[in-house]
Amino acid sequence: MIIARQKNIKDIAAMVEDCEKVLLVGCAGCVTVCLSGGEKETEILASALRIMRKLAGKPLATSTYTATRQCDPEFLTPLDGLVGEADAIISLACGVGVQYLAEKYPDKWVVPAQDTLFAGGATEHGRWDEKCGLCGDCILHRTGGICPVIRCPKSILNGPCGGSQHGRCEIDKDVACAWQLIYDRMKALGRLQDLTAVQPLKDWSKARDGGPRKALREDLMAR
Amino acid sequence: MKYLSKLQAVLEGGHFAVTTEIGPPKHAGAHGLKYTAQILKDFVDAANITDNQTAIVRLSSIAAGVHLLANALEPVAQMTCRDRNRIAIQSDLLGAYSLGIRNLLCISGDHQQFGNHPTAKNVYDLDSIQLVNLMSRMRDEKKFFCGEEIKEYEPRFFIGAVANPFADPFEYRVDRLEKKIKAGAQFIQTQGVFDMERFERFMELVRARGLDQRAHILAGVIPLKSWRAAKFMQTQVAGMIVPDALVDRLKNAADPPSEGVAVCIEQIKYIRENIKGVHGVHIMAIAWEDIVPEIVKQAGLYPRPEVVLD
Repeated sequence: MIIARQKNIKDIAAMVEDCEKVLLVGCAGCVTVCLSGGEKETEILASALRIMRKLAGKPLATSTYTATRQCDPEFLTPLDGLVGEADAIISLACGVGVQYLAEKYPDKWVVPAQDTLFAGGATEHGRWDEKCGLCGDCILHRTGGICPVIRCPKSILNGPCGGSQHGRCEIDKDVACAWQLIYDRMKALGRLQDLTAVQPLKDWSKARDGGPRKALREDLMAR
Repeated sequence: MKYLSKLQAVLEGGHFAVTTEIGPPKHAGAHGLKYTAQILKDFVDAANITDNQTAIVRLSSIAAGVHLLANALEPVAQMTCRDRNRIAIQSDLLGAYSLGIRNLLCISGDHQQFGNHPTAKNVYDLDSIQLVNLMSRMRDEKKFFCGEEIKEYEPRFFIGAVANPFADPFEYRVDRLEKKIKAGAQFIQTQGVFDMERFERFMELVRARGLDQRAHILAGVIPLKSWRAAKFMQTQVAGMIVPDALVDRLKNAADPPSEGVAVCIEQIKYIRENIKGVHGVHIMAIAWEDIVPEIVKQAGLYPRPEVVLD
């Protein structure tokens, strides 16, 4: 899922400092699961902003709504009756949600309350790790189900590099060497032979480097 | 006044400058560069060396610049943000300066999708405006991009950037030019001008803000060999406006290459005589570099001014 982290409240307040009324929109998708932008966080942020502004002598009126998903237009329709007089919309979704709101309400100032971080998973309660680089050209079948594109800071496809020691990465002792993990797993599977092939150049045009991507499912599209 | 380069001396001496562009070869031989330098050296003040233009691998801009220097033609090294991160850019530019290169053109670079390695990973660690800014800070404040002091031998480039009056949104092109000048660009080369009316409107906005007083603006011109070349520019090259009248003129010409040269000369004369604030012309004779002396002569820009560098 998409992992996001709420921005510093002072930064969020600064984005709407010239507003008197704001609508805060949470998202019940990924950001609810990673506890940064669900219904609860939306209410907390709204009251925190109100308190801050009250203390500053410039009260702020807030209203809130949490969409099932902000990345899907059908779930944004209920907002039509709520945006009304808001001077700004604060989105607590990932960057996709912010852009969907901005597109849907072209005359509204829409701002992000979160920094969208990465595609990751929970490793323990309160901790999420990046696992996928969204590169559009998956090689996990060649690397024992461990992704070197994102988990190796050099994205080495024929690793490990010379900085790997004791299973740790040279950039940070807290970071596991992805290639040590790959090696250990392939060894356990009896497939070390697979790692001896020189890997071909990667096709980065399927990643961000090829420009914004789209996925089509023509069988699902209206004729 | 101590000039950093001949190009700067020409421009700041109030002369109408002439620059051109050379695409290095797709191999490791320098004979073509030497030949082209010999042909062009008396007719232009400096020559840009493209940096893997349209993302096609070619002999490096800096190495090609050194070959030009050895053949009495002043180079303008181009540096794209596409292929190098901030570490490589600084390293290469320290190297370029150590080899005698003094003019630098900072550009984003065409996306690799247009080149011969479309599956490459691009860099774009900096953008062209940041590059201009950081290079001028390197020179004026003796600081690396990270802020660390350059203890001695800071690179002292005459710094240029580009502007495209034919891309959109039109008005923002002038804002962006101003940003480049604010960042430290001392000269500006424009995209090839075919739509004179739009270029005049652009220059009006430029003059209204006094930008022509803060940087030297060189108008780009492109001699075309055939109507097909014109049509290609019109339909296949992003950010170009080529009027149909020009395509038709080349189509109806008895001798299209001569007609293309005639058009280019008319454009240069028109720009020089009628458009205030333009300080020179940048002739991009893509793969037709040996026509440049003819154009310069017939446009009344030969001989080139003698300048003294101290």
